[in-house]
Amino acid sequence: MNTPVVISLAIFLVLIFAIGFWSSRSLKSATGDSFLQEYFLGGRQLGGFILAMTMIATYGSASSFIGGPGVAYTQGFGWVLLSMSQVATGYFVLMILGKKFAIMARRYKAVTLIDYLKGRYQSKWVVLTAAFSIIVFLFSAMAAQWVGGARLIESLTGLNYTTALFIFAVSVLVYVIIGGFKAVALTDTVQGVVMFGGTLILLIATIMAGGGIDNIMADLTAENPNLVTPYGADGGLSPTYVSSFWILVGVAVVGLPQVTVRAMAYKNSRSMHRALIIGTIVVGFIMLNMHLIGVFARPILPGIEVGDKVMPLIAQEVLPPWLAGIVLAAPMAAIMSTVDSLLLLVSSAVVKDVYLNYIKPDASHTRVKRMSFGVTAILGILVFLMALSPPDLLIWLNLFAFGGLEATFIWPVVLGLYWDGGNKYGALASMVVGIASYIIVDQFFPSLFGMHNVVVPILLSFIAFVSISLLTKSLIQNQSISHDQLERSM
Amino acid sequence: MEKERKKKQDDRFRIANREALIGVALAVFNFIWWFAFAYGLGDRTPEDYSYVFGLPSWFFYSCVLGFIIMALLVIFVVKVWFVEVPFDEEDGERT
Repeated sequence: MNTPVVISLAIFLVLIFAIGFWSSRSLKSATGDSFLQEYFLGGRQLGGFILAMTMIATYGSASSFIGGPGVAYTQGFGWVLLSMSQVATGYFVLMILGKKFAIMARRYKAVTLIDYLKGRYQSKWVVLTAAFSIIVFLFSAMAAQWVGGARLIESLTGLNYTTALFIFAVSVLVYVIIGGFKAVALTDTVQGVVMFGGTLILLIATIMAGGGIDNIMADLTAENPNLVTPYGADGGLSPTYVSSFWILVGVAVVGLPQVTVRAMAYKNSRSMHRALIIGTIVVGFIMLNMHLIGVFARPILPGIEVGDKVMPLIAQEVLPPWLAGIVLAAPMAAIMSTVDSLLLLVSSAVVKDVYLNYIKPDASHTRVKRMSFGVTAILGILVFLMALSPPDLLIWLNLFAFGGLEATFIWPVVLGLYWDGGNKYGALASMVVGIASYIIVDQFFPSLFGMHNVVVPILLSFIAFVSISLLTKSLIQNQSISHDQLERSM
Repeated sequence: MEKERKKKQDDRFRIANREALIGVALAVFNFIWWFAFAYGLGDRTPEDYSYVFGLPSWFFYSCVLGFIIMALLVIFVVKVWFVEVPFDEEDGERT
């Protein structure tokens, strides 16, 4: 039991609760449609700073905070190089979705990514396929993150796993259920700031403990010269493989539902511009520091077997205990900020996209309100139960979730925005092909052409989208309002 | 009146399209910079590496300097080329 660490974590959790309660005030007065907008989108009122931080906290943390430095510890500078592909995410996502997505989302009155797809393609099947993949993949991703959060509390406090999981679950559920998106975005901001400051302090302390950069580099080279090359500890990181991460964690992030939903939540173009600048700087800074910590930790604490333990161990080694506590709130923050946004997203897929669209479109305001709170709570409890003893399927689905969602959504979203010729058949084909080919590549042809498994499915789903849209052009012309007409009619 | 409004709509999308293309161009530039320095300078035996601020030069130019350059470029692009447009419809859907 490490008292200063526990106290810092407790203060952090109390702060998070306070934000949840504070955010819930603006929900009380909201009714009906405006309630959904408030709860799931924060009333589209995010400013630049909060937008940047919530984006970073959501994608930057997707397992990278704990896992990333651990791999960097094993692989050396090659993995830091790989992680720097995420700098692109800072500007690319917002520039691509950008103003057009914000305008179209408002026009369709979209609250979720699926609302947007519904407005764009006017197809029940597109909506149901999208909702299905969000519910399955994000639910698993979330459950796995809960396991990670609980393990972290367990290792820091010495509580047993079930108690740790319970503390984690209650903390997250309380603020997400009562506060909705605004609470999530605000807590993400606090968490982003903690990550930013935490990694900086820890990097400086690590360099000092290692006797300066020159000293650390000499130690690394003496141990294994490959550690300072771009090719990884055993020379196994090929340029093709490392470059293919530009797709996975760089540009294709544009298709992740938890990211797109943020691109419809900001207030105006000024917020977006600020978020572009802040986001690029902060994400690059955090990624660089965090992974360098992992590499630099190696000469100071050699022989750590489990990569996930590198961050907690090095923090406790090089920092005074109270500061280690504050810094270790950072990975906690990273996990929480990912989990909270996923929870809300799955809940919105159930309430808004399935229930309100197809089961009970005429549900009363009170009912919608009660459903939103209730579904979020039930999902949280389900995840808790799953995380108690995670089934193998869950672990597999989680590894799969990130790439699977990208392969499913990237083209329906991006080409839906910028290509008027895209239609619902193309979108559906692209989603099905994306997901199916990802499963096939993942199972039978891992690392096809030496690239990450996500690359080929993304190409295939692109081909499917374009070819099917062109083939069904004549079918679609008589039906529904095309994107183009809608645009002109306004 | 109707025509004027239509023109304004088209302008907003033209701006959006241009900014999306800028995003693609930045990412391509970023990738080339990152790749060229990393594998251009890093592809030799570690004994021959030169060091900048204690870091291997391939890493410094590719990741540290590359990141700084990208941050400056994004600031420049946003301040100079990005245009502020309203997101809501003219007929006042939402306040």
